[in-house]
Amino acid sequence: MADKILNKIYVKVWRQNSPKAKGRFETYTVENISQGTSFLEMIDILNDQLILGGKDPIAFDHDCREGICGMCSLYINGHAHGPDTMVTTCQLHMRRFNEGQTITVEPWRVGAFPVIKDVMVDRTAFEKIQQAGGFVSVNTGGVPDGNTIPIFQDDAEEAMDAAACIGCGACAATCKNSSAMLFVAAKVSQFAKLPQGQVEAKRRAKAMVAKMDELGFGGCTNTGACELACPKSISIAHIARLNREYLVAKLSD
Amino acid sequence: MSILNSNIPEGPISQKWSNHKAKIKVVSPANKRKLEIIVIGTGLAGASAAASLSELGYNVKAFCYQDSPRRAHSIAAQGGINAAKNYQNDNDSVYRLFYDTVKGGDYRSREANVHRLAEVSPNIIDQCVAQGVPFAREYGGLLSNRSFGGVLVSRTFYARGQTGQQLLLGAYSALNRQIGAGGVKMYTRHEMLDLVTIDGKARGIIARDMVTGEIKRFGAHAVVIASGGYGNVFFLSTNAMGCNASASWVCYKKGAFFANPCFVQIHPTCIPVHGSQQSKLTLMSESLRNDGRVWTPRKLEDAEKLRKGIIGPNDIADADRDFYLERRYPSYGNLVPRDVASRAAKERCDAGFGVNSEGKAVYLDFKYSIERLGRSTIEKRYGNLFQMYEKITDHDPYKEPMQIYPAIHYTMGGTWVDYNLMTTIPGLYAIGEANFSDHGANRLGASALMQGLADGYFVLPYTIGDYLAGEIMVPKIDTNLPEFIEAEKGVTTKLEKLFNIKGKTPVDHFHKKLGHIMWEYVGMARNAEGLTKAIKEIQELRVEFYKDLLVPGEMKNVNPELEKAGRVADFIELGELLARDALNRNESCGGHFRVESCTEDGEAKRDDENFAYVAAWEFKGVDSVPVLHKEDLVFETIHLTQRSYK
Amino acid sequence: MSNFLSASIGRKVFMSLTGLFLISFLFVHLTLNLFLIFDNSGNLFNQAAHFMATNPIIKIVEPILALGFIIHIIWSGWITLENMKARPQGYASGDQLLKWWAPSKNMFILGAMILVFLVLHLFNFWVKIKFTGDPLLGQITVAGAEMENTYALVSNLFIHYPLYDLIYVLGGILVGLHISHGFWSAFQTIGLSNINWMKRLKYIANLIGIVFAVGFSSIPLYFLIKF
Repeated sequence: MADKILNKIYVKVWRQNSPKAKGRFETYTVENISQGTSFLEMIDILNDQLILGGKDPIAFDHDCREGICGMCSLYINGHAHGPDTMVTTCQLHMRRFNEGQTITVEPWRVGAFPVIKDVMVDRTAFEKIQQAGGFVSVNTGGVPDGNTIPIFQDDAEEAMDAAACIGCGACAATCKNSSAMLFVAAKVSQFAKLPQGQVEAKRRAKAMVAKMDELGFGGCTNTGACELACPKSISIAHIARLNREYLVAKLSD
Repeated sequence: MSILNSNIPEGPISQKWSNHKAKIKVVSPANKRKLEIIVIGTGLAGASAAASLSELGYNVKAFCYQDSPRRAHSIAAQGGINAAKNYQNDNDSVYRLFYDTVKGGDYRSREANVHRLAEVSPNIIDQCVAQGVPFAREYGGLLSNRSFGGVLVSRTFYARGQTGQQLLLGAYSALNRQIGAGGVKMYTRHEMLDLVTIDGKARGIIARDMVTGEIKRFGAHAVVIASGGYGNVFFLSTNAMGCNASASWVCYKKGAFFANPCFVQIHPTCIPVHGSQQSKLTLMSESLRNDGRVWTPRKLEDAEKLRKGIIGPNDIADADRDFYLERRYPSYGNLVPRDVASRAAKERCDAGFGVNSEGKAVYLDFKYSIERLGRSTIEKRYGNLFQMYEKITDHDPYKEPMQIYPAIHYTMGGTWVDYNLMTTIPGLYAIGEANFSDHGANRLGASALMQGLADGYFVLPYTIGDYLAGEIMVPKIDTNLPEFIEAEKGVTTKLEKLFNIKGKTPVDHFHKKLGHIMWEYVGMARNAEGLTKAIKEIQELRVEFYKDLLVPGEMKNVNPELEKAGRVADFIELGELLARDALNRNESCGGHFRVESCTEDGEAKRDDENFAYVAAWEFKGVDSVPVLHKEDLVFETIHLTQRSYK
Repeated sequence: MSNFLSASIGRKVFMSLTGLFLISFLFVHLTLNLFLIFDNSGNLFNQAAHFMATNPIIKIVEPILALGFIIHIIWSGWITLENMKARPQGYASGDQLLKWWAPSKNMFILGAMILVFLVLHLFNFWVKIKFTGDPLLGQITVAGAEMENTYALVSNLFIHYPLYDLIYVLGGILVGLHISHGFWSAFQTIGLSNINWMKRLKYIANLIGIVFAVGFSSIPLYFLIKF
């Protein structure tokens, strides 16, 4: 079954040459795109066209192109990762778009994620949050046998649900408050569900929330947009757990 | 006599590692604080090494080209990680894992290294559990295992279909802890473009800041390459878009030998290529072959109708389906090793039985297991994979068979290392997929994760001390030394050269062309004529590349095209070496299949008499033929036999 | 407890606790108000109003209630301002994920509209009863006790001013929408939720929202239609 061909589409994309430069939208026409093409392959084709036309190609982040590395971003037609559910931009396909459609492509608009170039943003803020406490403090070696800590299957599964986070930033990008709560909750909740994480639970919750606030992310108002935009469908129930962990930690101070 | 010294310790195989550990030197804590180590790449091997070395007290500088260490392509591994824990009481042991790995690698790996890998494998699981990796559990709360292709025991630990992700996030968390504590200085969006050697020892690197375009110098007492494999030399592969071999390649050009480049693994179950615009291939986990049956039509006319879309797969009666793996390999059936399954698929498609419009796909059918086990069981086992397949292809695998085709997946070859994982350049180490040592000519499923973490957590932190103990008197490396200045100038010159060609062809066109040559002549079936042709065509491509390349943008800004140009320039050279190595190795083993060396019924035939060696290549200049050095593989423990899956 | 007040989660906890407190107040308020439509003589409502005006416990609770409102209002402004700062530049293609009217997205606007309504509401009744007085508020005797005829004040407004009926119906709906998100969100913020309870709490929140919207708007509608 051959895919349908989109004869002509219009890509309206944010162009910004450097972090400090003033950006603007530019609209390009792309022709003959098979609907079986992925969205990023369409951008590849557009870039090829731009290069051959003597223009600067669009800089965008991408790497694994199979929805797991979390490098790709893009806010497409009012949706983080585009108008499909449970996918990253690299898994989005052109069959979600129609003939003659104008597709608006914007970078994540989060104060804590400054634009580097075009639609490429700097997500170092997420790194800093993880560095503040997203770990269990064990050195290599000298740990007990893996089976000495039995873990209730449901707890392991719930920890895995949270651990599935790919750190793409869609939660903060889609949140009207640019809140990073789902991202932080995913890590805190993963460890909160596991015995290994209990030892440092209080320190971890406080440190990661404090770092998140310091970096200028907004607060959570429970709109639930993040879990809808999340390519891994991480539930905001994990945010409730983060709140609980944080309150318990703070109350015992 | 070979100039290569693999430094394999004396003694019986099971005691080599302990004996070695007892003998090698250790650096005191006070001296570790004075020593610096550079780690390139932050996948399983790189992240685990950087974290562990920093925990020991070394000053580590870690580099990755992505915006975060967590993005490294180890993250994409699906199935699991092997370890000789024998939790299932199925008589697994260190020896059995060692044996399976050597046999699976078609007897082209180094026994001592593989045994060490098997020995440390249980520690990896313990380490990951302690870090909070959410492995799958049984109802009783203990760790769960699954079985994998090519072995008879259940020793694979897993975290749903995202084991690589969870293990990498574990190593990443350990790394983050060290970054937070100041022991590791992390350089994201930095790409290593040259190695700096002083008096023959690795002393630092030159890297480009991919945001500002600035060329920077970094000094260290030792350099560790953990930058992964070179699968992207084929353009289309299951590797990430940015995966590249440049770090390994500049080391090769600085004198580190490159071993067995022709050993490339082709994974049988990938989503087939469609059209000419495809940028990468998506792997469907090997575990699918547990419940899916592979087939093509029995009649040529059916295949033709399928290709034209006149009929669908469900229109073909069972009697007209050729379950060719079950037919050819009755005892292993659909679960033959990857290399065998891949070649069989290619054989069918070449014979005209391919089922997609390009004629390059076979079916993987779940109809039979859905009938047998029910849809819900299949959904529970493979739900996420089926969903991914449907998102990409728009076809529902519950209703019609998946289309699959082999694709480049992993590279067993890599930088040559000795038992200490040190390359032929003193102070330069290679770990993980970047080195060559553990998988021979074919890697077993769930072993790549094991090797990456074994190297990073439990091997390198010991062995690097043996070298660094001799370096404690060397002060902090001065990056203003002439060697650094010269290396930086070399990098700038190379980039300027690429940038200033100002031809007419964007870099991707060259990369695709290279991939085409590689897949056509250096792919699943290779012969002397094709390989010779490939070498010639690659050389011509190189000339054309330097004449007609078009790199847009600015040097001192984000410039993905410039990055790609540098990588493809290296890939072109590497592709040539790969073809040369394949031409030299006139035997079929593992992933390397020479048409000239096969049995009467078309199965691979190894030639132990002439090729039981590691081919380590020494660079002699871009336009010169590299020199081959042989490291003879001595099998003291395992008896060599021809693999058979019939 | 250091920095708790200014931490993003800490700020929200204040919203959450005051919100739950205000919801409990609204329950009492709605229950008493429903006496308006269950007794056309007005005696029942007048007695209730008299009880509320004279009971010492209510006297203590009243300033706390006022404080609850003030904290809820001020904090909401502070939080909204902080959250707006987190996104200096917005999206040209807007947000197509959540519906434009989703209460969760519009809590501040809903709250602001409720505030306007609240001021009007206070002027309509509370100010008159407490401070300025009104000709309609004559003294009457119910079951032997003397009290103000609050019923007359309320029924007069709803019978003779259809515009006010409309405003009060709208006010009821706004409160219902606000609470349909606020209720479960409050539990979420203080961590008393999980994957199972979230569904239940959302269900209860919608139920409470509907009860408040229907309950409060039924009163002006009753007077408009009946008289």
